Amino acid sequence: MLTEEQTLLLEAAGGFFAEQAPVALRRRVRDDRKSKGVDAGLWRAMGEMGFAGVLVPEADGGSGLGPVEAGLIALAAGRTLAPSPFLSSGVMAAAALAGGGEAERLGALAAGEAVIGLAVDEEGRHAPDRLTCQAEASGNGCRLTGAKTFVLDGAAADAFVVAAADAEGAGLFLVEGGADGLTRETDVLLDGSQSARLALEGAPAQRLGGADLVERFLSLGRACAAAEMTGLAEGVFALTGEHLRTRKQFGVEIGRFQALQHRAAHLFCEIELARAGTLKALRLLEADAADAAFAVAAAKAKAGQVAALAVQEAVQMHGGMGMTDEADPGLYMKRQRLLDRLLGDADQQRELAARALGY
Amino acid sequence: MIELDAFRAETRAWLEANCPASMRTPVASEEDMCWGGRDFVFQSQDQRLWLERMAARGWTAPEWPAEYGGGGLSHDQAQVLREEMARIGARPPLVSFGVWMLGPALLKYGTEEQKRKFLPPIVRGEIRWCQGYSEPGAGSDLASLQTRAEDRGDHWIVDGQKIWTSYADQADWIFCLVRTDPEAPKHLGISFVLFDMKTPGVSTRPITLISGKSPFCETFFDGVRVEKENLVGELNRGWDVAKYLLGHERAMIGAMGQAANARPLGELAAERLGRDDAGRLDQPMLRARLAEFDVDAFAFDAALEETGAALAAGRAHPAMASVLKYYGAELNKRRHELLMAAGGSDALEWEGARSNGGAAARDWLRTKANSIEGGTSEVQLNIIAKHLLRLPGA
Ligand SMILES: Cc1cc2nc3c(=O)[nH]c(=O)nc-3n(C[C@H](O)[C@H](O)[C@H](O)COP(=O)(O)OP(=O)(O)OC[C@H]3O[C@@H](n4cnc5c(N)ncnc54)[C@H](O)[C@@H]3O)c2cc1C
Repeated sequence: MLTEEQTLLLEAAGGFFAEQAPVALRRRVRDDRKSKGVDAGLWRAMGEMGFAGVLVPEADGGSGLGPVEAGLIALAAGRTLAPSPFLSSGVMAAAALAGGGEAERLGALAAGEAVIGLAVDEEGRHAPDRLTCQAEASGNGCRLTGAKTFVLDGAAADAFVVAAADAEGAGLFLVEGGADGLTRETDVLLDGSQSARLALEGAPAQRLGGADLVERFLSLGRACAAAEMTGLAEGVFALTGEHLRTRKQFGVEIGRFQALQHRAAHLFCEIELARAGTLKALRLLEADAADAAFAVAAAKAKAGQVAALAVQEAVQMHGGMGMTDEADPGLYMKRQRLLDRLLGDADQQRELAARALGY
Repeated sequence: MIELDAFRAETRAWLEANCPASMRTPVASEEDMCWGGRDFVFQSQDQRLWLERMAARGWTAPEWPAEYGGGGLSHDQAQVLREEMARIGARPPLVSFGVWMLGPALLKYGTEEQKRKFLPPIVRGEIRWCQGYSEPGAGSDLASLQTRAEDRGDHWIVDGQKIWTSYADQADWIFCLVRTDPEAPKHLGISFVLFDMKTPGVSTRPITLISGKSPFCETFFDGVRVEKENLVGELNRGWDVAKYLLGHERAMIGAMGQAANARPLGELAAERLGRDDAGRLDQPMLRARLAEFDVDAFAFDAALEETGAALAAGRAHPAMASVLKYYGAELNKRRHELLMAAGGSDALEWEGARSNGGAAARDWLRTKANSIEGGTSEVQLNIIAKHLLRLPGA
């Protein structure tokens, strides 16, 4: 169960996003190509609330909290599809920079001023154990060569955390947005966010850590993506419930039809499981438990499956209205698709889970 | 936290010293379970010892107040006890409808006298109870039950029939729903009464299940005398007691969906069906289904921990028990479908020692009842739609 502080945090975050980042904000960001897919004002406001820096140590201007708290913020953000770079910057970049030596940048992150893009995938797929992007030592730092795709928040980013292989195996590297040898091409994605494709040709970079850090960084990102999908499922399910209670056909509310009641009740149960599984994974991450790897994979698989069901049921139960751009279910559907894909989709997570269980 | 750690250490030491080695092996079939009761024949001296030792501490009903024979543990302590028992693979000392269902209802609705009379023998496994709810014409629509109780001053005379009464032929007493006011609207004319199955006029006839086993009965009442002191709760308000009890029953059935220190199915399957060069289960389609199951089982266990605790503390809507019942029942059915798939052709055996009397197949068939007993899955979904989603007309 959540502690009292965590319950308060979730309430505060829920209230904040409902007020400062209703679904209409994502719609506005989507319709404004110059936004680069994020709302800068929202990100700064998240800085003021202490959300942007939830994982940043207090000494560096952050809140110094852990995975559970980060997950709760992601969950609340998911309910309204808040267009912030929280996952890329607040969660994953903060984890990547945790090694130290980046006090200034961490301060900017915590203030909601810095946006750091997430460069893990290559050639349109998530395969962090088969990285082709290479790092070579050079002077005090190193140089990266390779190509990255689906770089989350890549359009707005002023720097990137890049996963690449060096002599020791997989590692994480920091590359400045304006670095020599780096070219960036922006992609507008289905949910209105803007990612990038990066071409790196000996781009100067700073090494942040090796395989252990990569592992922790991916786990944290996956668990928080699961949390955001859980929130997304809750958010779209609330719309569906409201529609079932108010839309009339055959002279009665459509929520009277048992065929719909049972599907809605089943979905309610599924969302309950997604939330419990996600919280459990976040707690195990916090405790650095041995079975955290399985739990994170299982939680992301579950949240992905449940959120997919939630958006599909939402569109279907809204009828023709659900198919319109004007109604919100479609926005949830698009964001769900992206979050499931991010850091490995439900199929990939189940693969990881099966391996973790020894079969 | 510190007290809990101390409790854990004590509990671990006590279990280590008191749980017989043979009670730390998996329960292979229903025959291995200790049901207690007047006529119960213990399978072994260890089984008797284990029950007696646990009952002496009240740990067959860990959270009941000590004054009624229970363990008097907090929810957290009871959780520690469960974890420590699971750690050494200890069998439940007692499987009991009295503990799962009747006890909680008596603690809430019973008189002081009833609690003192009925609870301690439940804890000690001396009296085995059965549940007389369903009737041939009253299943999902339980409130339409017709078994009549006629007022005869200081007692009632009960006439009618129950069905699907689990273990009625082995039970000592029954908690039973009877109609005490045939004129009132159906929910408002029902009373919750207790009586001895040895009372003249009670008879049972076993029904064989698709598993080939016969764990339940038709139960007939022909002029059965029931004392008025054995009414639980108010006259004609038995439906409240019945529903409260069902909440506990549902949470308990839901918990059957829990993986409970079982070995991963994938490992079992790999042992039997083989692995590929990369060490993966050699049947990719089955492997994918197993992974889907394990993901759901993980999330369900987490929900059981989270919501089970909240339900026990009265901090969750009582209808959340229906969420656990529905999902747990469906999950347990899936587990046994997969066990049959993982078991290969050996799982088809019906008799003989090698297959432990056809346990795999019989258990698989038995689980099909999980989504029927205690209220069907459809009924749970109705309850969720009505009480948790507040959908119109549900
Ligand atoms: C192994 C086992 C043990 C049992 N043990 C006991 C016991 O110890 N004591 C006891 O009293 N009872 C016991 N039962 C009975 C059990 O509670 C009932 O079987 C159950 O409530 C369903 O009633 P029914 O069998 O009459 O089915 P019905 O109510 O006839 O249901 C038939 C089908 O119709 C569906 N249905 C019914 N109403 C609705 C509705 N409103 N909306 C949608 N679908 C609906 C049901 O979901 C089901 O699929 C046991 C049953 C089993 C299988």
